[in-house]
Amino acid sequence: MTDTFPRRLIENAEKFSERPAIREKDLGIWQTWTWRQMRDEIFDFANGLSTLGFSRGDKLAIVGTNRPRLYWGICAAQCLGGIPVPVYADSVAEEMRYVLEHAEASIVLAEDQEQVDKVLEVMSGVDRLKCVIYDDSRGLKDYDHSFLHDFSEVQESGRRLAQEKPDFLSREIELGTGSDTAIILYTSGTTGHPKGVVLTHDNVLITSLNSARMDNLTEKEEMLSYLPLAWVGDHIFSYGQAYVTGMCSNCPESEATVHSDIREIGPTYYFAPPRVFEQLLTSVMIRMEDAGRLKQRMFHAFMAVASRCGTDILDGNPVSLSDRILYTIGNWLIYAPLKNTMGFSRIRVAYTAGEAIGPEIFDFFRSLGVNIKQLYGQTEAAVFITAQPDGEVYADTVGKPSPDVEVKITDDGEVVYRSPGVFQCYYKNEKATHETKNEEGWVMTGDAGYFDDKGHLKIIDRAKDVGKLKSGALFAPKYIENKLKFFPQIKEVVALGRDMDHAAAIVNIDLDAVGNWAERNNIPYSSYQELAGHPRIYEMIKSNIEQVNRDLSEDSVLSGCQIRRFLILHKELDADDGELTRTRKVRRRIIAEKYGVLINALYSDAQNCHVSTEVTFEDGRKGTIEGDLRIEDAQVFESLRKAG
Amino acid sequence: MNDAVKSDNILLEVRNISLSFGGVTALEDISFDIRRGEVRAIIGPNGAGKSSMLNVINGFYHPQQGEIWFDGKIRHHMRPHEVAKLGIARTFQNIALFKGMTTLDNLMTGRIIKMRANILWQEVWKGPAEREEVEHRQRVEEIIDFLKIQSIRKTPVGKLPYGMQKRVELGRALAAESKLLLLDEPMAGMNLEEKEDMCRFVLDVNEQFGTTIALIEHDMGVVMDISDRVVVLDYGKKLADGSPDEVRNNKAVIDAYLGVSHD
Repeated sequence: MTDTFPRRLIENAEKFSERPAIREKDLGIWQTWTWRQMRDEIFDFANGLSTLGFSRGDKLAIVGTNRPRLYWGICAAQCLGGIPVPVYADSVAEEMRYVLEHAEASIVLAEDQEQVDKVLEVMSGVDRLKCVIYDDSRGLKDYDHSFLHDFSEVQESGRRLAQEKPDFLSREIELGTGSDTAIILYTSGTTGHPKGVVLTHDNVLITSLNSARMDNLTEKEEMLSYLPLAWVGDHIFSYGQAYVTGMCSNCPESEATVHSDIREIGPTYYFAPPRVFEQLLTSVMIRMEDAGRLKQRMFHAFMAVASRCGTDILDGNPVSLSDRILYTIGNWLIYAPLKNTMGFSRIRVAYTAGEAIGPEIFDFFRSLGVNIKQLYGQTEAAVFITAQPDGEVYADTVGKPSPDVEVKITDDGEVVYRSPGVFQCYYKNEKATHETKNEEGWVMTGDAGYFDDKGHLKIIDRAKDVGKLKSGALFAPKYIENKLKFFPQIKEVVALGRDMDHAAAIVNIDLDAVGNWAERNNIPYSSYQELAGHPRIYEMIKSNIEQVNRDLSEDSVLSGCQIRRFLILHKELDADDGELTRTRKVRRRIIAEKYGVLINALYSDAQNCHVSTEVTFEDGRKGTIEGDLRIEDAQVFESLRKAG
Repeated sequence: MNDAVKSDNILLEVRNISLSFGGVTALEDISFDIRRGEVRAIIGPNGAGKSSMLNVINGFYHPQQGEIWFDGKIRHHMRPHEVAKLGIARTFQNIALFKGMTTLDNLMTGRIIKMRANILWQEVWKGPAEREEVEHRQRVEEIIDFLKIQSIRKTPVGKLPYGMQKRVELGRALAAESKLLLLDEPMAGMNLEEKEDMCRFVLDVNEQFGTTIALIEHDMGVVMDISDRVVVLDYGKKLADGSPDEVRNNKAVIDAYLGVSHD
């Protein structure tokens, strides 16, 4: 088997020559490049890069959304033995400066004016940066072009070089080996600066191949490339697995059109974090409320059938004849049209990962016949650590170890693994590398978990976040937060309680779901802040929290962490304010610093608390939001079973 | 663009225009010109005659006195659709889109004046009509891309928020590929972010397509930032005419906008 991506590209261009490799919706029409065309585009660009002085070991930073040319940039850099370094498209200039500087990028491939502007802003501080190449020229006409290059001009000079030295590129590709660094992916990092995870061609290729075999992926798959380019998931799904199987990745027209683009493509292979499925379910439910009465009744009647037997039919378990007939009718009338609306008609395999998914959400999609499975992965593992095999899918586990992956639980309860996908090191950070990976190649995940009796891994929480209350009872904040986030009206929660007398929570409501509810109930509101402070919303959230408390009271281990007091925050937690990571994970330390006043109030008798918070707007300006927040008590329940 | 003063650089000129409705004089002896490639603003307090001025240029009103020169030729009593054919497109203060039609269809209506195939061909939908439609659609898709409204391509316009409707209306005016674009309060009723977007689009249209733009706007910040020259009207009379800085420091303008003290 071929051991580098450029060689894989050459092979695919022969084997799948006229099959589609990548598509992009441009000017309203899906434009397709075949594997052969894509190879030519990439080779032209690779040659062009070398005319700009890019050579072995140099870093090409890639900033932007999912555009074919940016994906080509990854492979073109690899052709020359260079290292692509994708950067999150929504990172602010300062974040970008850190990555460009730390990775020692010599050329940046930027999508458009917005990204070029950011690069220019930080350029003076980045010594090695020589020039910027852009994909979309709009608005860049009047810029100083001494270090700006148009993508197609670079390709043009590449073609001239190829005429002069026809075997230059093939010689460069020959020099590459599987153990060369293929890519550096910066992790979003819940604490401190992002770390650059170094992965080799072997890491990415072998992991992609193993996982593609497990799900029998072929060149006939269609997948939608819409998740951040700089995230390891997109790199494996849209790049690694695409090069390994020859399948086609489809780039949506823009972020806002993903919903309509997915319908047009009808992917067979799909990945989405739980929140996407959550949003889909919420929007289906909201729209069903607006439907006519007949439609509503049909929907609810057949969804009841689906929830009774849908997952069994999907898993191939025995189902009674009458249910089978009802399900078939339901499929004609409800399930198939609904799946079509969501763009899920052709899905064979769909994955979700990153966070826990609510059991109702999971079952809803599976009962419709959409084969969603969960996996557990990390950038450091080139994604795959565990995944659920077909027919063994449960909402509360993350599956069995993936092919070639060894997983074990340490004495402290932490999950560790060893696999062919294990990263080489954190770029220029030996200390962190040693802390994470030992000499035998075992990697600490930082997650606490255990194997259940079916042999499936179950993740409880971040190992370092699992703490104790003052009473000594176990406190698992993420576990509680996830339970609360399964309510559609709750978007984000921060659970507090480590070393305290009791647990408390800071809640963010979901503006879509609650706003819709408010409209229906004639509750006027002008802003998130006003809605969040409304007494009836407080009542609603209170009943949610009490329901979770009741569930927790039945858990022998976690009954101590029922929530006694809570408040609804006056603003949405936002990555721009540093409260969430770019992948929307809560940054506990920052929240503890920023909302110290609120946290103190939660642990006092106060019924009110005044707070003023600095916020960053989309254009980078800053402002403050302030207000008086109400603090409510919630009922807690007696533990039904005694611990032990 | 300010330095161009030669007369062949003038795209439109109005000379001594007077317009009255019965006893009410809306415009009185107004003269100014619009140069090729500039952004020209018409400002003034409420009832100053700004919209009437646009309606005169647009051919919707016919002035009792005065001449209108467009592209080096004098214009006699033209109706709006004839003016549109000459190359003048506009948007309206209170949005005049086809609410039940999609964004795409609304933009396609902007191309109607460019369609050559007659109604019979269009009915048959073959040969020249089909080729033409593809051509027009291509142009419309470029505008959709330009205005970043891909996500609402198939959405009925009536369902869109106000700011988006304004953007679609600009798109329809752009679809006509006019020489002169008249914008009647393009930013009225918008929030700050929408206004910033709209300013960017107006400037981009001017730079990228080289379209001459005449706009009416109340937001003085916007006007001073994006226009090359400003003409000020008050009660149907011309108060001032010049660069934003000249106008800003003009005493008559300050009086009209801020009021005069009477002591």
